[in-house]
Order: sequence, then structure tokens, then C-alpha cells
Amino acid sequence: MIRFILIQNRAGKTRLAKWFMNFHDDEKQKLIEEVHALVTVRDAKHTNFVEFRNFKIVYRRYAGLYFCICVDVNDNNLAYLEAIHNFVEVLNEFFHNVCELDLVFNFYKVLEKFLLKKKFDILFKLQVYSVVDEMFLAGEIRETSQIKVLRQLTTLTSLE
Amino acid sequence: MKFPDLSMSTPVRLRDLIRQIRSAKTAAEERAVVQKECAYIRDSFRDEDNTWRCRNVAKLLYVSLLGYPAHFGQLECLKLIASTRFTDKRIGYLGAMLLLDERQDIHVLITNSLKNDLNHSNQYITGLALCALGSICSPEMSRDLGGEVERLMKSTNPYLKKKAVLCAVRIIRKVPEQFDVFQNSVRSLLTEKNHGVLLTATALVIEMCQQNTHALQSFRKLVPNLVRILKTLIMSGYSPEHDVSGISDPFLQVHLLRLLRILGRNDSEASEAMNDILAQVSTNTENSKNVGNAILYETVLTIMDIKSESGLRVLAVNILGRFLLNNDKNIRYVALNTLLRVVHVDQNAVQRHRATIVECLKDADVSIKRRAMELCFALINPNNIRTMTNEMLEFLGTCETEFKADCTSNMFLAMERFAPSKRWHVDQMIKVLTTAGNSVRDDIVSSLIGIISSSSDLHGYTARQLYKIIRNDITQQPLVQVGSWTLGEFGDLFVNGQYEQPHGEEHIQVTENEITDILERVLNWSISTVVTREYAINALMKLSTRFPNCSDRIQSIMTYYACNMNLELQTRAVEYTSLFTKHNLIRPSIVERMPVLISNSSSNPNANEQQEQIYQEENPSNDAQINHVPPNEPVDLLKLLDEPIQTNGSIHPHEQQQNPLSSNPLTDLLFGDDTSHNHLNNNIIPPMVALDKNGLRIVFTFEREDTLLTIHSKATNATQYPITNFIFKAAVPKTFTIELYPPNSTIIPANNSGEIHQIIKILNPNKDKLRMRIKLNYLFNNSSMGDEAELNTFPEQCYN
Repeated sequence: MIRFILIQNRAGKTRLAKWFMNFHDDEKQKLIEEVHALVTVRDAKHTNFVEFRNFKIVYRRYAGLYFCICVDVNDNNLAYLEAIHNFVEVLNEFFHNVCELDLVFNFYKVLEKFLLKKKFDILFKLQVYSVVDEMFLAGEIRETSQIKVLRQLTTLTSLE
Repeated sequence: MKFPDLSMSTPVRLRDLIRQIRSAKTAAEERAVVQKECAYIRDSFRDEDNTWRCRNVAKLLYVSLLGYPAHFGQLECLKLIASTRFTDKRIGYLGAMLLLDERQDIHVLITNSLKNDLNHSNQYITGLALCALGSICSPEMSRDLGGEVERLMKSTNPYLKKKAVLCAVRIIRKVPEQFDVFQNSVRSLLTEKNHGVLLTATALVIEMCQQNTHALQSFRKLVPNLVRILKTLIMSGYSPEHDVSGISDPFLQVHLLRLLRILGRNDSEASEAMNDILAQVSTNTENSKNVGNAILYETVLTIMDIKSESGLRVLAVNILGRFLLNNDKNIRYVALNTLLRVVHVDQNAVQRHRATIVECLKDADVSIKRRAMELCFALINPNNIRTMTNEMLEFLGTCETEFKADCTSNMFLAMERFAPSKRWHVDQMIKVLTTAGNSVRDDIVSSLIGIISSSSDLHGYTARQLYKIIRNDITQQPLVQVGSWTLGEFGDLFVNGQYEQPHGEEHIQVTENEITDILERVLNWSISTVVTREYAINALMKLSTRFPNCSDRIQSIMTYYACNMNLELQTRAVEYTSLFTKHNLIRPSIVERMPVLISNSSSNPNANEQQEQIYQEENPSNDAQINHVPPNEPVDLLKLLDEPIQTNGSIHPHEQQQNPLSSNPLTDLLFGDDTSHNHLNNNIIPPMVALDKNGLRIVFTFEREDTLLTIHSKATNATQYPITNFIFKAAVPKTFTIELYPPNSTIIPANNSGEIHQIIKILNPNKDKLRMRIKLNYLFNNSSMGDEAELNTFPEQCYN
């Protein structure tokens, strides 16, 4: 079961925090700081899994952002790593219309260019939450097909 | 979020606020901006302004994301949820999910709105409601709305279905009693074609099975269905919707495998149904990318947990072995983790990969190193103890401090169990202490002292080795402690040259004064810890009798320390001084050599020096014995006083190292039969007459320890003439292992005036019914006689 999903930048600023467990506000802040301290010291030669209190964090760094998912100890690490990647691909697709070749060959470059633009912050907040809600719910993975998720999201945005 | 541009009285747009915050140069500036905006928002909430509530709440949510308090917005979220506009509802639910949780009281107020929205005609609104329910529902809400969720689970819309199912997951977690509501609908969910629904349904079933054992049993019947779904997934061609790097819907595969694992655990029927599909997944999945490896990992976990056949297990361990060679450290980590669980069940399979595991010790990542270290210790056996110890010593030299304590403790345990000889043991332990420095745990020091004291032939040698190291370096406290104790006890042996000279090392001639010098240096050095100095002062005291020339010098040291600031040292010094002055007569008897310390540790079957001279350490038959038979715990004298302990060995400290269960028949020739068995077990199993023919009577008495049965065979002769050249042979079925010890004699005197006593040990791992065929040959009255018998009537307690 997923406990929480956290997206932070290298400086420690939270870009997204989705909690599937109850915490007080100050506990949440503390957790965010702890995760940040744990994850930013690790570089490429470390594994993508860290033990954290009595859970574990599966994380991956994309350009300047750390995508962290906190799961139970007996969950499949590699599968959640794939889930993160799936999620990031959907995000990328949703926020910036890239052509297919770009996506295939230059996924990271595109994301980087795109993350550096200031617009990213503005768009990020609430819409990213809708992406999260489409893909994860109640601590489990909900939908994995990128095509379906994107279709839903476009319909939702058109309703506004 | 676009809103029409109006006059100055409209609140700031969200993106403008964000721009303002980002352009703030300092934290104080940012706080000012935020506070100003929050004040504005609070005012506008008070004014009950409907039009901009949505925008204001959105800004509030952003601000809360940055870490600022935002609870005054909670009520506003409720109002937004109650509104009819979709945008309002959306922000309202989002706000509720972020700001509210079970602990707030306002929480319950949403229930009514949720109920209405769950019945809404617009599927997106229902979706929103389900989402919110899935994120924050409380036990009360679950009870109220459970019925609605169940109804939605049956809806035809897969979008709603998925959300409803995951809501159900959360509800069950919160209120396990609600389980019955959902139980029936689950089955039909698993027949859906929609992957999303399948995925969520699997998650629901997993949750149900974890909570409720009845559910587990009823879901076991679904195993064939699940196997079929998995099969179609693998066999079907490319499906663009769910494809990830060429593998169709790996997430669903992983979930299904997990469910199969839960269902197959402890159930052979279900496990059998899964065997084929597991083999198929293992062999067909491509392992070049992380995706494939994720599936393979889940498969391995499943194979290990269920009652799979051995071929499948071998396959699983091979997959793990391949993982270990992978370049990606994530996969190596995952493999090491799983191997740690496997090794306790099946050591031999993992032995094959020992070399790779040892390589992992040098990895840069700390968590990989730790797991590799634990795995290495689990893999040590008598065959590889020497090489492994060298590897671990190397590791100890280069690893981080946090590992050193664990590493040394584990090395100590491993060496105790498997050390081929005492001398090697002592040597290696000294090396460990030198390498590990001060990170050694305290009990290691005392255990090592115990071992040194019990190996009586090594006393002088140990003293020499320790002296050599300590004279150059007294910084390492544990080493110095052991050294001080040894020099104190056995320094005289060293000085007098009463020890075995190690090959290739120069002869160290040392005087009494030099040893006293060192101990005095340890005592005086301010960096030595108090414990070390206590050891040193005790050692000096002992030497006062052993080195009569230094006695005066030692006495003056004691007098000097009688004024020391440390209470413990002072007490000791004062008492020792009085030993010199008032009680000088009893001084020798007080500090004479200590009796052998009996340590609490498990004994080492191979520890006896002389055994090493007889056969090589790598003797395969001996190893076979060791692998089958667990080491026996010798009796601790102190423990005997407290509680009764059943033992098979004698209590003699001299024989403590000799493990009677696995000693070689050859050694018994040298040391005689161990006849002083403790017959505590005897009362439980009745004795049996094996043979009674022509005056020759053989009686078996039994002792049993789990799978090991010890038979004492006593042969008596009731005839007038003695029986000579008596040879007894026995054979057992293939599943047993038998060991025959030489008898105490081959002559049975006549008229029951004596007997031949022989010990037979039988290992019965499968607890099969014991059968034996015996054959006798002897000389009676100058004619050679032979006899055979088949024994089937062993008492049941022998093997059951």
C-alpha cells in the first residue's frame, strides 16, 4: 500500500504531496523534511530504495525533481519504480505536447527544458493533483494505461 | 484556471499570486506576501462571497502546499462542495482531500454532500465524490456510505467501477466489518475485460484475503480463473494501451502474482495449479529492462512462498543469481534481500552464488553492503570457513564504522561454530580485534577470554601473540583487555618458553620486567578506558606471584594506585596492597591460575587440536556429519544448578569441546568410548530385545533427541563358554543415516559375567518407521558362528 506520494525539488520545496494516511500538519512538514534530507544526499551510485521509519521510499530523480513514493516494506520495489515512470510520462504528455520522436529519444531533455520554464509552477498545482487522482487512489495504483488517463484528463479540463 | 478579467476589486488570480511569491527574494518577503494574501482571503470568506470563493480556496491550497497554515479554509471547502458548479465542486473536493482528514470535526459534514454526489447523474461528479471518499473517509462515513459504494461497483461504467472498488479497499481497511457488503460483488469483477477494473479488483481481493481467513479460503477457488487471466496477458500480442517497454500491463501481472502468492501460501492444491504459469512467466519474461525484472522479482517471491515443487525453486534461485550479476544496483539489492530469506530455508542453492555475493561486499551503496554481509555470514559452513574469514577480515578493514560491531560479533559466532582448529580460531580472533579496533562489543572480549582459557595447550602461544601486538600499540581497548588478561594469567608460560613455537616467526625472548612494563604502561596511560585499566591492574596482581622478581615493583604500583581518583581502581589497589602486607600468606592461593572458564556458547565439533592431525579439515564424511547434525549445546555448570537440562554429552569441561554427536569413529579409538552418557532420556523409550538366541542376548536401549536416535547395544552371553571375535553389523533403509561406534571389546565372557557395549547412532530426518537388519559373526567354542535378524518392532517413540 502506498503511504504517500511526494514530489520535491532539489531545494526541498514541495511541488506535490498526496497523503494516503492521516498525519497532523506539523507531522507532515517533518516528514517532508526528513524525506528531503534522506533523498538529496544520495547520488547515482546508490539504489533507488531507502528505508524510512518502518516503511520504505522508492524514488527517482528526474532533472531537478525528486518523485518519491512511500510504500510498505513488503511491496515490490521495482514495480513501484515503474509506476513512477508511468506517472511521469503521463505528466509530460499532459503538460506539453511533444511529438512522439521527442518523447522516445529525448524524454529527459524535453522534461528538463520544460521544467526550467517558469510556467511549470503555475500549471502544476491543481492539475497535477487530478493526474495523481486518476492514477492512484486509496493507496493503490488505479489506472496504468496512459492513453486512458490522458483521455479522462482532457475531458475533465474541458468541463471547467 | 482562466477567469475573465474584471475590475480592481477582484481577487488576485492564482497564477499572479504564484508569480508574486516566486519573485520574493527572501523568505521574509515571501511570508509577507503570503500573509497579506491570507488576510485578504479570510476577509473575503467572512463576506460570504460566492463568486470568487473558488479562486480564493485555490490560492489557499497553494499556500498550504508551501507549508503555511490553512485551516480557516476548511468550512469554505464544504460550501464549495455543496455548490452546483463543477469547478466549485472540483476545488472543493480537492481542498477537502488536502485540508481535512479524519481528525477534524468538520469532516462528518461532508457526508451528506457526498451522498448526494454519489447518486449524481454526471459521472465526473460521482467520480469526484468517490475520489474524495477514497482519500479521507472515516469509519462512520464508511458505514453510512458503504451501500452506495457497493452499488457503484456494479455500475456499467468502468470509470466509476474502478474508483468504487478502490473506495471499497479503503473502507475495508477502516472498518473490517463492512467486508460482507462487498464480498459478493468481487467475483464478478474479476471476469471483467477492462484492465483497470481487474487491477483494482485484484487489489481489493488482496486486501480482503489479508484481513479475513474465510475469504482466503473461498477465494482459493478462483485460482484457475486468475491463472487464466495471467496466461492471456502473457500470450496476447502487443496491446498499445497497456504496453510498457514491450510487456503487456506489467502492473496487472505483478498484482495477479501477488494475489496468487497469498492464495497459494500453505495450500498445496492451489500451489499446484499455479506451477505451470509460474514457470511460464519465469522463462518467457524478458529481463533486459526494469519492467521485466519487476515481474520476475514478484514471481520469485511467489515461488518461494507457496508450496512449489523443487524444480521451480531452483529456477527461482537461478533468477536471483542472474539478478546478482546485473549492472543495475537496484536489482542487485532486491536479489540480495530475497536471497537472505531463501538462505535460511535452503543454504545449498545459494552457495553457488557465493563468489558474486562476496563481490557485492565491495559495492558503494551502504544498503547493498549490509545485505551482502548478512548473506555472507549465513553462507559460512565448515568447507569455506577459511576463505570466507579472509574475505570478511578484508571487508572489516574497509567498511564503515556502523558495520564493524555487527561484523565482529557475527565473525565470532561463525568461527565458534566452524573453526577448524583452536589455534586458527585464536589467531583469527586476534586479527579481528586488531582490525576492528574499538568497535567490538563487550561480550566478545569475555567470550574470547573464555575460549583462550579453555584451550589449555595454547596458553603460552596466545600470550606470545598478544604480547607481540600490544608492545607496539596499546590504543585498541578490546585487544588490550584480552591481552592484559592473557598476560596476567599465562605470562609465566611465555617467559619460560613453555609454548609451541609458530613456524617462520622469530623467537621472542622476553623477561618478566618487560611484561610488567607493558602492563604498567597500559595502567598509566590516560587514554586507556577504566575497564582496560581494571584488567591491567588485575593482571599485574596475578603476576606478583608468577614473577617473584617483580613482586616488589608490583607492590609499589599498587600502593601508588591506592590514591587514584577513580573509585574502582582505588578499591582494587587498596585491597591488593593489603594482600601484600597483611595477608601475604594467602596471596599465592588467591591469585593462582584460574580454572577453565566454561563459556555459554555452542561447542565446536572440530576444535580439538589432535583431530586436525588425524584427518584433513575438508574430510567429506566429516562434513556430511556436520551438515546433518546440529551442534550440541554443552552443559553450563551454572545452569545445571537452576534448571534441569537434558544433555547427551558429559559435563566434564575437558570433553566440552568434543561434540559427541559428530565425532569421528577414528577419534573414539584414541579417546575411548563416551560411556558416561546422561541417561535422562532413557525413561521415555522402552528398551527392546534385538536378539535372544543360543544364549546370546542383545538388548537395545534408546536415547532420542529429535531426529537423532542413539542406541546402546548390550550383548550378554548366558552360555558356559565365552564368545570371542564378536563382530556386529547393522544396516538401515536408505532414508536413514547410521553410524556405528566401535564396541568396548570383542569378547563376551560366559555366564553373564560381562557384556559388550556398543553405540549406534541413527539419523532419521524424515521420521520414517525404523527398520534395521543386523548381522553377527563370532567365535564360539572354537567354531565360527553367524547370525542375521531383521528388526521391525522398534518402539514408536524411536521415530515418531
